[in-house]
Parts: sequence; C-alpha cells; structure tokens
Amino acid sequence: MSGHIVSRKVYFAIFLSLMVLTAATVAAAFVNLGALNVLVALTIAVAKATLVALYFMNLRYSERLTWVMVAAGVTWLGLLIGLTLSDILTRSWIAGALG
Amino acid sequence: MPDHASGHALSPHRQLQFESYEQQQEAATFGMWAFLITEVLFFGGLFAAYTIYRLKYPAAFQKGSLTLDLYLGGFNTAVLIGSSLTMALAVHAAQTSRQKALVIFLAATLLLGSVFLGVKVIEYGDKFHHHHVPGPDFRWRASDRGPAQLYFSLYFAMTGMHALHMVVGVVVLAVLIVMALRRRFGADYFTPIENFGLYWHFVDIVWIFLFPLLYLIGRHG
Repeated sequence: MSGHIVSRKVYFAIFLSLMVLTAATVAAAFVNLGALNVLVALTIAVAKATLVALYFMNLRYSERLTWVMVAAGVTWLGLLIGLTLSDILTRSWIAGALG
Repeated sequence: MPDHASGHALSPHRQLQFESYEQQQEAATFGMWAFLITEVLFFGGLFAAYTIYRLKYPAAFQKGSLTLDLYLGGFNTAVLIGSSLTMALAVHAAQTSRQKALVIFLAATLLLGSVFLGVKVIEYGDKFHHHHVPGPDFRWRASDRGPAQLYFSLYFAMTGMHALHMVVGVVVLAVLIVMALRRRFGADYFTPIENFGLYWHFVDIVWIFLFPLLYLIGRHG
C-alpha cells in the first residue's frame, strides 16, 4: 500500500456496511430458503470478506504482486474445497453405478 | 545508488538490502500477505473438514448449531468488526503521526479483542455446563450422538484455533502499545502497525465465515 492513506470516512463506511451485512445474514438465516440458505450465507460472508480485504487491508491500493499472492491463495483454497467436494458429492454416483 | 522517485530513499529506517524505503515497505506488505495465505490454507483444511461432515450429517449439524447462543455470537461478530475499525484507524493514526490517537486506537483494539475472548470463555463454559463437549461426558438426547460430537469437535477446533489467533493478536497488541508509547512509529515508519493490522483483519475474516457456518444453520423452521 506504501504511500496511500485511506480516508477515515471510508473506514467508517466499510464498518457500517459490515454491520448491515451481518444483520442481513442473521435475518436471512431465519427465512426458510431450502438449499439456498447456505448459498445466501456464504455470498454475504464473501462480500464482507472482500470489503475487509479491499479497504481495511488496503488491498485495493496494494501492489500488483500482492494481488497475485491473494489470487494464488484463493485459487488453492478453491482447489482444496472444490476437489474435496468433487470427490464427496460424486461417491454415491459410482456406488450406484456399481450396483 | 539508483535514483528513486521516493522521497524516502534515504530514510534512516531503510535496511541495506533495499534500494529504497518504498521497496522495503512493499516487500514487508508482500511478505505479510504470503504468511496470511498460508493461514488461509491452514484454516481451509478445517473448513474442508466442516464441509464434508455437514454434507454427510446435515440434521446433526443443525441441531448442534441451535445449541449455540445467537446473541453472544452476534455480539461477538459486532465486537470483532468494531475492533477491525479501531485497528484501521490505528494504522491511519500512525500514517499521520498522531501519537496519542495511535495509542488510543491500539488500546481500543486490545480492549475489543479481550471482550471477544471473554465472551468466548462464557460460551465455552456454557458448553461444558451442558455436556456438549465431545468425549465420554458428552450428553445428547437425540440418536445421532456420533455426528453431533463431530459438529462440536469442529466447533471447538475452528473457534479454538480462531481464539488462539486472537490471543496471539492481543499479546502482540500489548507490545505494539508499549512501542507506540515510546514513540517508535510515525509517518516515516509504521510497518509493524500496518502488518499487524493485516493479521488482525485476517482473523476478522475467518470469523466472518465461522459465524454463519457455526451459529446460523437450522435457525429457520
């Protein structure tokens, strides 16, 4: 980030957004959306995490190299969860095929 | 010596191996993010385990989640987000050389972090009181005793590892406050404050995912 100073107004705005999103995720949890409940919860969590990373952590004003690092982290986390799911969710298919 | 546009090229805080103070700051930020990415993958393993067992035992996870106190969890979420704000303001104070504000915001962050940990102690105590701790003493009325213990094992592993990061953070904050009182930071040098801020916000992000995944499942119907 070196050099760029984020205005305090931005920090307060991000704080308020995070609080509103927290209230939203609690409210959404009490509505029965079926399988969508977890999707809504995770979407709000990702939005909150993105706000924290971009502004509180100054990622938006950071070096491109830092962005590459973050992209690598997100990619590997995606592989970790994604490949695990591709195994767990498809085991029953194979069991069914084998009778 | 290469001529750098940065006015900090001759900063007394520049280490020999860097061409300029700006390059040194970029390296520090980059290094901190590299560490945090290893942390993402560390917690990622716990989240992967959670994903597998929640898919396998959705009913037990919902029942387990309903035993958690939503008010305490929600309160702690707000406290942690508030502590991220005070930490961001501490970095801002360091960048603008406001010594008193820096100490105040670091102390506020330490206080909020301690409140979070205090609430966590209450919550853990409650779990022990109700025998919701996995092990021979575990009590569960429903038949899915095994899967329920899996939920609580993950609850303790994930929130425990998160709380451990908070404890480390609170200790480092205490050190930073002492350094700030000795006026070690200012617009010309605030790398420790900035890097600690990155760590603290990362711990906040972990909680942002833990809160809905542990506290908010099965609240409807």
